[in-house]
Amino acid sequence: MKFAVLVFPGSNCDIDMYHAIKDELGEEVEYVWHDATDLSEFDGILVPGGFSYGDYLRCGAMANQSNVMAEVKKAAAEGKPVLGVCNGFQILTEAGLLPGALLRNKNLKFMCRTVQLKVENNDTLFTNQYEQGQIINIPIAHGEGNYYCDEETLANLKANNQIVFTYSGENPNGSLEDIAGIINERGNVLGMMPHPERAAHELLGSADGLALFKSIVKQWREQHV
Amino acid sequence: MTKVKIYVTLRESVLDPQGFAVQGSLAKMGYNEVSDVRIGKYLEVTIGETTRDLDSLVKEMCEKLLANTVIEDYRYEVEEEN
Repeated sequence: MKFAVLVFPGSNCDIDMYHAIKDELGEEVEYVWHDATDLSEFDGILVPGGFSYGDYLRCGAMANQSNVMAEVKKAAAEGKPVLGVCNGFQILTEAGLLPGALLRNKNLKFMCRTVQLKVENNDTLFTNQYEQGQIINIPIAHGEGNYYCDEETLANLKANNQIVFTYSGENPNGSLEDIAGIINERGNVLGMMPHPERAAHELLGSADGLALFKSIVKQWREQHV
Repeated sequence: MTKVKIYVTLRESVLDPQGFAVQGSLAKMGYNEVSDVRIGKYLEVTIGETTRDLDSLVKEMCEKLLANTVIEDYRYEVEEEN
């Protein structure tokens, strides 16, 4: 399986994402600059964290206008897996690939620590290697991770099981319903504030994030091999 | 040249933790009559010659980039200049 790790000016988790795929998972992966106009050779798209365009105007707003995002929308429409982490999640909401938006953390602080997540839906291509209800340790590092959407959108998210991860115990940012990660209705676009790529090896303090990437590969192998 | 003043504000339904903190500071300073503070963005956009209708041009830019209408409202004022 061949992954693309998108790189915007200001991305800073691209190398961690690349490392997780190449060294921990042993799959093919390439960096793709934001002005790329073709993603057809890739089987999965990873939108990493960071501060694309310095978070100017709004997190993810300007990254959404770059060439490569038109290709990401195309890949999503084709059913390819698209994962957005942290700033990547913000970019996917700005792009309209995921509903809602990420607001300033309720306590106005940049939160950087390992948190416990609950797997709310393990019946997705991103979570099939987790147990339903499993508690996992994944780091967060964000100032604007406070997930917000209107009531109708929230009702839809619940009705379609689109809430994939919630914060277990303390909610670090004030997000609605403790939401940490959501998936689109079709089930191939996941956005999450916590960083699974930073929890890809025991030496990093947790290897709980690896199962997310393994899930993507497992699903792809079943469909393509 | 036309100068357009654009105001982007958080929707009423969206909590504004920054505004809440500022209101708290004002209250500590004794301004207890302040019942709410909302923080938004102000943009001055200067537009050169265009064949486009100004309103539709500004609205388009606001909807596509300057405001995220999931969480924000916008309004603008047009100021003619020479």
